[in-house]
Amino acid sequence: MFGLDLSFLSWDIISKFVIKGFWFSIQLTIIATIGGIILGTILALMRLSGKKFLTLPATIYVNGMRSVPLVMVILWFFLLVPAGFYAAIPGGANNRAEISAIITFVAFEAAYFSEIMRAGIQSISRGQVNAGRALGMTYAQNMKLIILPQAFRNMVPILLTQTIILFQDTSLVYAIGAYDLLKGFSTAGKIYGRPEEAYLLAAVVYFVICFGLSYMVKRLQTKIAIIR
Amino acid sequence: MNWDWQVFLNDDGSGRTYLQWMFDAWGWTLSVAGASWVVAMLVGALVGTLRTLPNRAWLVKLANAWVELFRNIPLLVQIFIWYFVVPKIIPPMKELPSFILVVFALGFFTSARIAEQFRAGIQALPRGQSYAGMALGFTTAQTYRYVILPMAFRIIIPPLTSESMNLLKNSSVAFAVSIAELTMFAMQAQEETSRGIEIYLAVTLVYAVSAFAVNRVCAFVEKRVQIPGTVIAGATGGGH
Repeated sequence: MFGLDLSFLSWDIISKFVIKGFWFSIQLTIIATIGGIILGTILALMRLSGKKFLTLPATIYVNGMRSVPLVMVILWFFLLVPAGFYAAIPGGANNRAEISAIITFVAFEAAYFSEIMRAGIQSISRGQVNAGRALGMTYAQNMKLIILPQAFRNMVPILLTQTIILFQDTSLVYAIGAYDLLKGFSTAGKIYGRPEEAYLLAAVVYFVICFGLSYMVKRLQTKIAIIR
Repeated sequence: MNWDWQVFLNDDGSGRTYLQWMFDAWGWTLSVAGASWVVAMLVGALVGTLRTLPNRAWLVKLANAWVELFRNIPLLVQIFIWYFVVPKIIPPMKELPSFILVVFALGFFTSARIAEQFRAGIQALPRGQSYAGMALGFTTAQTYRYVILPMAFRIIIPPLTSESMNLLKNSSVAFAVSIAELTMFAMQAQEETSRGIEIYLAVTLVYAVSAFAVNRVCAFVEKRVQIPGTVIAGATGGGH
């Protein structure tokens, strides 16, 4: 059909080329999500602290990251992180692009997650904050026990949606040659002389994963909405 | 650290300086983004409107499928599909320059997001608006043309602003099929001159300035077309 030939595809090829890349894409997504949410929450707290020496650097960082294309940030980190840093990590010398990609994604996604967390924190009503204060809680206790748990729960659907976008963006590590899901398919396609089919399959795999995940997020959202 | 900004005055081997090359690349970035923006707005507005039509179940489904298809595949993969796969399936498209193919890829990718904004904007309008159209004896098309769309377009300008900025940033992915835009320039010039930091700084700055300019233009439009008696709503968009 259409001059496409998918017969080159076999379990052998999938296990040899694709699984390795798929595993890295998943790793990158999970590490960047967790790291990005932690760093992003810290940035959001800095921006909401009302102290200029905390607000200013956090604002510059977040707005700076958000005004630059991800590909440029990926290239920046790949260029700037010194080679000695990779040598210090076990297996780092051979996986320079992969390690650089992980650092980049945590740093970059933190800016986006911080905007989500900031909106989440601001969505908590004043009454909650005052109730915490009335109980004699310090600022830190109030944040940790009252505000952040609620902010986080309110923002779960949006955080997950951002994670899906993040997963799609992991394909951009192509710029530095890291071995991810897309690279796995394109390598297999090149070796077997079937690049078009390989890209098409990559698209199908990404679509199934992202569509499935966003469907689940939608279900979750309606569930949460009913509980509230 | 020792800077060497003189590198921008060096000849790149074809009789132009790196600075001139960067401005050429900026032009390509702006052309790719601009042409894609037109495609994305036209298709996005159409698809987003179709998704809200009453009594047109299959059209709504088709439009929903469009959005899901273009939203759930990474942009880079979509660019590869347009560049490698589509010309193979439709041979006449082999004649098209890669610029056009990238514009299709970026335009359709963004159209899904813009369609989502249009749908949200239309559905955010109070029901009374379309009832008012009906009461005046308007057909569905007239109601959309004269009542709903002019309102919806204006309330979604803030999210459209961030989508336009995203589009500009996403045009950087065109480097993957060798469009001579800014990211491509950065990668090549860095390799040739080994002054990566100066080159990347300049390119990053150009991107930030362009994104800011888009933001200002949209803010100006937002102010000019503001519906009298309403407050400009602030909105934050996700995504990149």
